[in-house]
Amino acid sequence: MTVTDAPRIITSRFDVADGFTIDRYEATGGYTALRRVLSMRPDEVAAEVKAASLLGRGGAGFPAGVKWGFCPPGVWPRYLVVNGDESEPGTYKDRLLMEKDPHQLIEGVLIACYAIGCAQAFLYVRGEMALAQERIAQALNEAYARGYVGRGILGSDFSVDVVLHWGAGAYIVGEETALIESLEGNRGMPRLKPPFFPAAKGLYLQPTVVNNVETLANLPWIVGHGGAAFAALGAETSRGTRLFAVSGHVKRPGVYEVEFGVTTFRDLLYSPLYGGGIRGGRALKAFIPGGASAPWFFEEHVDLPLEAGAVGKAGSMLGSGAVVVMDETTDVVKAALRLVRFFARESCGKCTPCREGTGWLEKILQRIDSGLGRPSDLDLLLDICDNISPSITWPPKQTTICPLGPSAVSPIASAVLRFRDEFEARIGAPAPVTVAVHGVAYNSKPPVEEPVGA
Amino acid sequence: MARLTEANELVAREIIGRYPRPKSALIPLLHLAQEQDGWVTDDAMEHIAELVGVTAAEVLGTCSFYEMFKREPVGTYLVNICTNISCQLLGAEELLHHAEATLGVKAGGTTRDGLITLEDVECIAACTEAPCLQVNYRYRYKVAPEDFDRLVDDLRSGALVDEVPPHGTLHRTRQRIPTDRAAGAASPVGGREPAWIASRPAPAKDTP
Repeated sequence: MTVTDAPRIITSRFDVADGFTIDRYEATGGYTALRRVLSMRPDEVAAEVKAASLLGRGGAGFPAGVKWGFCPPGVWPRYLVVNGDESEPGTYKDRLLMEKDPHQLIEGVLIACYAIGCAQAFLYVRGEMALAQERIAQALNEAYARGYVGRGILGSDFSVDVVLHWGAGAYIVGEETALIESLEGNRGMPRLKPPFFPAAKGLYLQPTVVNNVETLANLPWIVGHGGAAFAALGAETSRGTRLFAVSGHVKRPGVYEVEFGVTTFRDLLYSPLYGGGIRGGRALKAFIPGGASAPWFFEEHVDLPLEAGAVGKAGSMLGSGAVVVMDETTDVVKAALRLVRFFARESCGKCTPCREGTGWLEKILQRIDSGLGRPSDLDLLLDICDNISPSITWPPKQTTICPLGPSAVSPIASAVLRFRDEFEARIGAPAPVTVAVHGVAYNSKPPVEEPVGA
Repeated sequence: MARLTEANELVAREIIGRYPRPKSALIPLLHLAQEQDGWVTDDAMEHIAELVGVTAAEVLGTCSFYEMFKREPVGTYLVNICTNISCQLLGAEELLHHAEATLGVKAGGTTRDGLITLEDVECIAACTEAPCLQVNYRYRYKVAPEDFDRLVDDLRSGALVDEVPPHGTLHRTRQRIPTDRAAGAASPVGGREPAWIASRPAPAKDTP
C-alpha cells in the first residue's frame, strides 16, 4: 500500500461543521490568497498555476494553466464559466466542494478571473443541487458584503461580478460547449469544435475559460503555497491531490482526497483508510475507474497508479474521479443495460449516431436482459458501437460532435468482451463476436492462476 | 394559469440585469415560474418571453429540453429515486419497485391525492451514499424500504413542511448583488482590457 501523508488541499474544512461560513473561512486562512494575488501581476499568477501542473478535474484532464493560455491576446471581454454541473454517474465531489466549502471555490474563481482578465464569472451549479445553490448564494452575498467580490475588490482596481447560475437537469450540459449554450438560455446542445473552442469563441462568442469546480478549488492553496509545492506531490502527469469517490461494493464507500499519481487503485479499493476491501470478503469482478464513460478495469488493473498517463495507456481514463466497484455477484448484463440507458436518456439528439445508436443499444440490451435475446445480438451491439465510435478503440473516435455517444460504447464493449459467457447464458445459445474491438482495456485478459504448488 | 406576480417580476428583472444578454436568464426565470406555481404554465412562459425579449416558442424550446421543468402539474413532493449504476449495485431497482408498490403508481406517476410524484432518475451525485433519493431535491441517503415508508408517512403527516418546501422551490437563499458593490454585467460588445491587467503589464519578453 502506498497511502501517503500528502496534505488535504481542498478538503481541509470538510470536517468543520460551519466550514461553509465566511467567518470560519476567514479564521482558517481564507481570502489570504486573494490578498496575495492582488500584489502580484496577473501573468505571475498564471505562471504559478502553470508551474503547479494542475490537470483539469472535470473529466478530460487538460492542464488548467495551459487552457488559460489559449485565450487570444487582445480580445476582450473574457468570461469565466465554472462547471458545477456534476452529473457523470459515479461522480460525487464537486457537490461536496460547493456545499462544504463554497468560499474556497469563490476565492479560486476570483484568482482565475484576476489571472486571466475575466470581466465576469458565471458559476453554473447543477439544477438538482439545491443545497449547493443555497450555500453558494449565501457565500456570495457574504463575500460581496465584505468586499471580496464586485467593484474595486479589497480597494484595488480588480472588479468582477460572480453570478450564481443554475441548471435544470441535463447531463449533456457538463460538456463545455453545451454548458455555454445553456448559459445563453438555449437547449444544451454541444457546439462544433472548431470553430467554437471556448477559449476563442465561447460565451457570446467571446474568449471563455470553462473550469471545473474542483480545479478552481485548488487555486487558493496553489497561490498560498506555490505551484512548486503542488507539483512536488504526485507523479508524472498527475500532480497534487485529487478527490476520488469510491462507490459500489466496497466496505467503506466514500469521497477521499488522495495524493494523485502515486496512490493506486488497490489503495483506494482495499486500504482500511479508503474503500476497506470488497464487501463480505467477496471477489472483485470489475471496476469503473473514471465514471460511466470510462472502459472498465478488472483485477489485473488494481495495481495501476492513479496517474492519467498510466491509466490511459491501459485503455481507460481517470475521468471525473469516479471509481465504481462491482463484486462477483454483479449482474453485468443489468449493469451494462443501466449505463447504456443513461446515455440513451441523456443524448441531446443533435447527432444521428448518438441519438439513434444509444436508443437501439438500450433496446437490444433490454431484449437480452429479459431473455428474448438472439445469438446475433452481441455482434449487433458491437456493430452499432462501431458506427458510433469507429474501430471501438481508446481514446474513442467520434462520429458525433461530443463524446456522449462514444461513451455509451465503453460499458458495452467492456461487458461483452470480458463476460460474453454471461450474455450467452441469458440468450441461451452461443453468440459469436466478429466485430473487431481495438481498445486495450476491452481486450484485457484475466491473469492466469498459478497451479497450487507450482 | 399564471403570469409572474408583481413581486416575482421584480425578482425576474433583477436576475435579467446580471447577465450581458437577457436570454441567459431563461433557466433561472423558468425556475422562478415553477417556484410560483409548482409547474411551468404557458402564461408564465409567455410572460418570460416578454421580459427577456424572445418569442414564447423559444422559451418553450429551452424549457422542454430540461428534465426539471414540468409542463403539467406534479405532486407537492417530487420523489426522485436514483437507479444509476452505484445505486443499482446497492438495491435501487428494488427500492423503486417497493416505492411503486407502496404508492400505487409507476415511476412518472402521481398519487391520487396529488401529494407525491415518483420518478426514476439518473445519477444525483451521492454515489457513496447509495441507494439515495431526493424529495424536492433534498437528499435522503442509504434508503432502505422502511426508510422510504417513514418518509412517505412524514410527508403525509406534514412533519417535513419546514425542511422540504413544495415542489418548485429550489434554493431558498437568493443571490443579491448590492448596487453599490456591483461590477456590472460585462457586455460582449466593445470590451476593453480590464484595468487590473492594463495597470500591471507583463514585462516585455526578450526577443531572441
